[in-house]
Amino acid sequence: MTVVREIDVIPFRNRIKETAAKMGMGLVNQTKLITAASELARNMLKYAKGGKVLIEVISKGRENGIRLVFKDEGPGIPDIALAMKDGYSTGKSLGLGLPGTRRLVSEFNIETEIGKGTTVTIIKWKNG
Amino acid sequence: MEKIPILKMGKLLLVTIQVDLYDRLAEALEADLVQMINKTGAQGVLIDISAVSIIDSFMGRIIGNIATMSKILDAETVVVGMQPAVAITLIELGLPLTGVYSALNVEKGMSLLQGKINLKETGFIPEDDGDTE
Amino acid sequence: MKNETIKILQKQKKKILDMWMNFQLTDETLREDLMNNDELRMQSEDLVTALVDNLKDENIDTPDSPDFDSVTDILNGISISRAKQGYTSRETGIFVFSLKQALLVLLQQEIRDPQVLYDQSLKVNKLIDFFGVATFETFIKGREEVILRQTDEITEISTPVIQIWDGILALPIIGTLDSARTQVVMENLLQKIVETGSSIAILDISGVPAVDSLVAQHLIKTVSATRLMGAECIISGIRPEIAQTVVHLGIDLSGVITKASLASALKTAFGILQLQVTRKQKNPLIVE
Repeated sequence: MTVVREIDVIPFRNRIKETAAKMGMGLVNQTKLITAASELARNMLKYAKGGKVLIEVISKGRENGIRLVFKDEGPGIPDIALAMKDGYSTGKSLGLGLPGTRRLVSEFNIETEIGKGTTVTIIKWKNG
Repeated sequence: MEKIPILKMGKLLLVTIQVDLYDRLAEALEADLVQMINKTGAQGVLIDISAVSIIDSFMGRIIGNIATMSKILDAETVVVGMQPAVAITLIELGLPLTGVYSALNVEKGMSLLQGKINLKETGFIPEDDGDTE
Repeated sequence: MKNETIKILQKQKKKILDMWMNFQLTDETLREDLMNNDELRMQSEDLVTALVDNLKDENIDTPDSPDFDSVTDILNGISISRAKQGYTSRETGIFVFSLKQALLVLLQQEIRDPQVLYDQSLKVNKLIDFFGVATFETFIKGREEVILRQTDEITEISTPVIQIWDGILALPIIGTLDSARTQVVMENLLQKIVETGSSIAILDISGVPAVDSLVAQHLIKTVSATRLMGAECIISGIRPEIAQTVVHLGIDLSGVITKASLASALKTAFGILQLQVTRKQKNPLIVE
């Protein structure tokens, strides 16, 4: 799914909500996942002029979950450790985006290359 | 472009957010509200978010901004009807919305605001913190 | 050479069953309290029939062949039901492995050539061992299901939200607060706040064995979430040891209303709600 305009965020959130509801994820975990996705989508729009998001249902053992892969071709993040710190922001935001997002999901992975782009992968387990 | 209606009720402004917010809509609401407070001289702002299923850091910041800006314009802000899932998510995100008053529902929000306004007018300090009937 | 074993086994099905039953019944760990002999015999017969009837030249070396699906199904059913009935893994193990004993004894009686006997015994051995392992696997899975169900139940039971007054909720927390539990506690509490329209929640932690910085963090989170909803949260049941650790660990609870006992928390709640509790006049005649 492509997110290039701000308005794209709404159908994107709805897609995740549908997927999460279909697998029986609880309301709180759904909300956490969608909020996390919303944060990442905003970052993508703000710093990389949009990108692509892959939504998939995965399972490990008896646990099901949703994996979202955010891929952009933006400028990349120079210092990931710094970007993951609470309260740090290059834009004029609260700087809660990345660290806050990590707290909302079960698994969080970020890969970035200066000038090439950034890929963020998050997983939220149904009961996690 | 869509707009979120702002209703005036006596000294209060009432905002009910019924749609899913996206960033520009929230920013427009912030600007409109500040204008409106200035124009009407409202003393309190009540934002009903019971229909909002997602609040992320951006929306959280807008709400915080509205509260701070209203304060400068001498109006108090109360957010009412936050859904449990949203509250839990905001806390986990690290956004406790300090400085924003909250109430369970519109009714309680109203009396909370009324209490604050009375307090300001009379200088009388009631014993409770206002969020009661 | 044509596989003798299969022929022998298929001919002697009745005898295998008898022998197997005999081994099981003479074993001292037999649980007559959990299952009577007729039932046991039926279970055993099903298994022997499924095993022997599906045995072919081609599959005797490949226990995971689809021909044995019915055997695996029966075994799964038996071991899961046994796990739930409270059999030990040892008893379930003996159930399967005594079948091997029966088969081997039979082969010994029927096959004269020691070389053939050895070969065939080895095959039977391998086959039953495979089924044995499969049985253990499902047995453990059955147990795990029991454990998972109990975990769910414990989480449910241990987080009751009680309305103790109009507008006041109490939530006694018993046991350790980890992050998963905190989430359940928070969810239940906030949901109940919405349902009852309560403006005060009392979190009683007298049943929490220890408060470390993580638990404190969870408590603070719950308090903040309650406030976001527009309700006040009081933490009660703080034992002196807990107060000590909290201070020693440098945890800041200053933003939270804390009370030593549930009673004083309730009093504070009444105060916030501007309620007053008064004793009834003892002798109404004296009052005018």
